[in-house]
Amino acid sequence: MRKLFVYDRPTLLRKLAIVPPFIWLALFLLVPFLLVFKISLADLRFGIPPYTPLTTLDNETLTLGIHLSSYKLLFTDSLYIATYISSAKMALVTTLCCALIGYPMAYYIARANAKARHLMLLAVILPFWTSLLLRVYAWVGILRNDGLLNNALMALGLIDAPLEIYRTDMAVYIGLVYAYLPFFILPLYASLVKLDNRLLEAAYDLGARPWQAFWQVTLPMSLPGVMAGSLLVFIPTVGEYVIPEMLGGADTLMMGRLMWTEFFNNTDWPMAAAVTCVMVLILIVPLALLQYNQASQYEPEKRRGNH
Amino acid sequence: MVTTNRYFRAFVLTLGYGFLYVPIACLMLFSFNDSAMMTSWTGFSFRWYRELFNDQALLSAAGLSLQIAALTATAAVALGTWAAYVLVRMGRFRGSGLYVGMLCAPLAMPEVVLGISLLLMFVELGGLIGWPAGNGMFTIWVGHVTLCIAYVAVVVQARIRDLDRSLEEAALDLGATPLKVFFVITLPMIAPALMASWLLAFTLSLDDVVIASFLSGPGYTTLPLEVFSRVRLGLKPEINALATLFIVVVGLCVIAASKVQWRKEET
Amino acid sequence: MDNRNITGPRPTDEDEFVRVDEVVKIYGDVVAVKSVNLAVKRREIFALLGSSGCGKSTLLRMLAGFEEPTSGRIYLDGEDITALAPYQRPVNMMFQSYALFPHMTVEANVAFGLKQEGVPRNEIHERVFEALDLVQMAGYSRRKPHQLSGGQQQRVALARSLVKRPKLLLLDEPMSALDKQIRQKTQIELVRILDQVGVTCIMVTHDQDEAMTMAGRIAVMTEGQIMQCGTPREVYEFPNSRFVANFIGSTNVFTGVITVDESDHVQIESDDLPRPMYVNHGINEPLGMQVHVSVRPEQIRVTREQPAHEFNWSRGVVSHVAWMGSHARYQLRLDSGAVVEAAVPSQILAQSDAPGLDDQIFVSWDSDSATVLAT
Repeated sequence: MRKLFVYDRPTLLRKLAIVPPFIWLALFLLVPFLLVFKISLADLRFGIPPYTPLTTLDNETLTLGIHLSSYKLLFTDSLYIATYISSAKMALVTTLCCALIGYPMAYYIARANAKARHLMLLAVILPFWTSLLLRVYAWVGILRNDGLLNNALMALGLIDAPLEIYRTDMAVYIGLVYAYLPFFILPLYASLVKLDNRLLEAAYDLGARPWQAFWQVTLPMSLPGVMAGSLLVFIPTVGEYVIPEMLGGADTLMMGRLMWTEFFNNTDWPMAAAVTCVMVLILIVPLALLQYNQASQYEPEKRRGNH
Repeated sequence: MVTTNRYFRAFVLTLGYGFLYVPIACLMLFSFNDSAMMTSWTGFSFRWYRELFNDQALLSAAGLSLQIAALTATAAVALGTWAAYVLVRMGRFRGSGLYVGMLCAPLAMPEVVLGISLLLMFVELGGLIGWPAGNGMFTIWVGHVTLCIAYVAVVVQARIRDLDRSLEEAALDLGATPLKVFFVITLPMIAPALMASWLLAFTLSLDDVVIASFLSGPGYTTLPLEVFSRVRLGLKPEINALATLFIVVVGLCVIAASKVQWRKEET
Repeated sequence: MDNRNITGPRPTDEDEFVRVDEVVKIYGDVVAVKSVNLAVKRREIFALLGSSGCGKSTLLRMLAGFEEPTSGRIYLDGEDITALAPYQRPVNMMFQSYALFPHMTVEANVAFGLKQEGVPRNEIHERVFEALDLVQMAGYSRRKPHQLSGGQQQRVALARSLVKRPKLLLLDEPMSALDKQIRQKTQIELVRILDQVGVTCIMVTHDQDEAMTMAGRIAVMTEGQIMQCGTPREVYEFPNSRFVANFIGSTNVFTGVITVDESDHVQIESDDLPRPMYVNHGINEPLGMQVHVSVRPEQIRVTREQPAHEFNWSRGVVSHVAWMGSHARYQLRLDSGAVVEAAVPSQILAQSDAPGLDDQIFVSWDSDSATVLAT
């Protein structure tokens, strides 16, 4: 790998150059998270802040106060356990739906000619730039019992009574898939568009019919893109708050809502912190996969050798 | 000679794009509806737009949000570009794995995690050294910047990797120091990516509900917070009007920007 | 350019294996292929030679099935394959970039085509290794393409195309991705393999050395048309136009007017030469017509003394000498101002007092050395 000689030398300047963004990230990402972990081990109490300190110095005695009550509750209470399962389940279903709708879309966009591709990508990205909050709000209006969808279906005579979608899990699924579809399409598109068309021609030349060529050549080679898209949908969905809150019912259990409730409604900061830690625990494996998938993007440029 | 299945393609694309745009169309359509309900069309009217412009709470929230967004975008672009450049150009160094991890995390991590962790830190910090004294614009800004750095880094690193190194090498050969090369040669070449990521960060900040919820203080209500608290209670047509305006403005900007980029690519 | 499609000696019908009939390909307003006629014999290695943009690749893609002719038909072993999709034709192509599937091993790559045919598993295995043995890559069956060198990838690509025993094999610039040093060796080995297998082959190249080395017959193409078709020797010694004469090897061309037109000889007078040119055979073109005369550099003699014969010489000065090892390449400026190139073998130079830069010399050639070209 060719490097500019200047960057080769481990000079002080080079080391200093790495530091400032690192400081910001460490200070505002890493440290806070360690703090969350610490507070999850605290106990609820009245006062400011509303949790017990980790260490107390009293009469020349240093006491370490680690309370595991929050975690105990989180791992034993059936409601909490149901919430984790529900969150993971909803995230998984959302990811699958995004894949089912998003893969064909990304595929056809990647196959279009340059001008059409540009317009089609623009059309996918445009909603992303407009406020998600407002667009989810639009679904409220559409899915309500007296909303657009029901009115349209009843006017067409397809149903007699309004479909109860609003304030159910179904509405949340619709909202989640709606919000995260572009997150699936874009990385997958990036992967598909790099596919060498000549490989497909070679497959046809060797006797593969279009469907077979897709299955044996295109699909396997697009898997990194599928993986990236899936993770970018799954991981944030597990902790989603806004969409389940606006579209879901009281029995729509999701971890983001749970944590919010603990924090804002119950003012139980230690519990909220514990829920957060459990959430991250659930997500460690997917996050590591994403890190692995994305790390190749940050690889320094390689010069392709002649052979 | 090998034709794609035209019907399937049309079906998929119509379904997909339809799904994406139906809510937007509804929002815009019903912002002109005289009735407050989305059930029926009672007549064409601008009254919700008039109510919107008389709504002081919304307007001041909008002002705050725009300010924060601009500040966020600028800081995020500076830090994100810096981080991306370092990672792409300086190869593997001790701790680069952690660096990449910290850059990638906010991309996928649920925002509630980021929100609560930053809030807890500010509380603890306030208790320890008395600063920050309370939550407000500064804390929101920090939260947004931390979120946006990841997005900026993703956009910019792609552009940096595509750069023609020989231009930088020529500048070095002609006597410019590495720092000068970065500001005079590299930066202008990646300017479009910087622009794009500035807008991306701006949008993310403008739209954020979760982080602002955790990190805002009394008197510092951002636009999304205001909207969210209202829609929790039911439908509010002036929000439709707001949404329509927003969509139209953003839509025009995005189309204009892409036209400019398309023309650039053609030459 | 007028539409001359001289296809050389037409093969007899039983020999004819591939026939391209008046094929035209138009993209928008660009005519990529202008009515090409071709007949390729069974087991023949046939080359389409031309520079980029001449239409050879388009023609190849139409043979493979990736493009459909705007008009015209293509026949293979008596069957009209013009409208067939690539996966329906008994034709296989070796791509310029090899197009090996990166996510499959060498063995899986070669087996791919057989899998599509539904060949039973053990037969696939047998035939795959038969093909790999043919190209001497059997030991690499487990490797992935990115672990192979360029030459090795080429051999796998060849095996993959041959394993299906196609009726027609197409080669797209087969040597272009290889280093120059191993090209010649690979060309000869490729021909050996193709002869051993006995497959009919059409290749496309811009490298005339490659075409001359590998092909039994060559078609020289430009601007979507075939200028001349024949064996390498025919095309070199009897070009039918200045284009072909200049394209294959290099040549000197004198423009002149026919002043004597007999059945057994002609004389042509040119402003470039002090004496008329004498060609010792009759030609079709009439008296008074302007023609071009091509004389190859190796046929030009460079001497210090004026030649004894009456025709086919001129006086000049040496303007450049390049020692090429096996021969010396002279650039000579004639009295008339015309520049002529001569290739003199090293042995001749060693024998006589070799002329050097700025020396005054005479160029001359025999009456049977020149070719008369109408276009």
